[in-house]
Amino acid sequence: MQIAERHLDKITIFDISGDIDLATSPQLRKAVLRELKELRMPRVVLNLKAVRYIDSSGVASLVEGLKASRDVGSRFVLFGLNTTVREVLQLSKLVRIFEIYESEEQAVAT
Amino acid sequence: MSRDKMLLRMELRSDPEMLCAVRGALSHLAERLGFPDEDGRAIVLAVDEAMTNIIRHSYGGQTERVIQAEIRSVTLDEDGLQGDALEIVLEDEGPAVDREKLCGRALEDVRPGGLGLHFIRKSMDKVEFRRRNDRNQLRLVKMLRKKEVQKGS
Repeated sequence: MQIAERHLDKITIFDISGDIDLATSPQLRKAVLRELKELRMPRVVLNLKAVRYIDSSGVASLVEGLKASRDVGSRFVLFGLNTTVREVLQLSKLVRIFEIYESEEQAVAT
Repeated sequence: MSRDKMLLRMELRSDPEMLCAVRGALSHLAERLGFPDEDGRAIVLAVDEAMTNIIRHSYGGQTERVIQAEIRSVTLDEDGLQGDALEIVLEDEGPAVDREKLCGRALEDVRPGGLGLHFIRKSMDKVEFRRRNDRNQLRLVKMLRKKEVQKGS
């Protein structure tokens, strides 16, 4: 998994690629929680277009990000879910709790 | 598929870095055996989650222990499952699994963790835990539904 970070005004966008699994999810969790808890960014957006695979540890990292965003009053937004990622989120029945958009334009719009 | 044919036997280190190699092998195998893409992804997810559970819970995060995986094509006639299937058996040398902990958790409880077993059960047609010869053995079965051929193709 690779994570690239961009900033757009007061929004942090993480472009994530590759597989999010037990080996890599701690890296994602650390990056997301840093932006939300330490830097208090008002909005953290995850671009998941290039994610080939996600497992339960990856979903757990997303849930942690969501919970942290609620704790600090920020927004935690996902976009670009492909079939694989969407299937796993639907299987977890957690797809409804996330703020999910199709495109980056929608994810960064107020 | 022919009857009870061994396809692949792997001895893996209990290192999370190994998971991607197993996913790759299973994905190709499922495709070659004619599983629909959706079922192939389900098999990959179930085995990945099962190995993750072994690494985290059975081996407590130790990365030098051994996980054995045997993958067979089988023809089943048991418990309402009849026909060709893929059977995956994972074995570890960790302490006996506490069956109380194999119930999963309510999905309404939104919190990180505890999803792995739910994913395994939803992805496979049969999931069996056994303790045999001081080893934990997990048997996963996915029935083969042939890919639907699109009209006109």
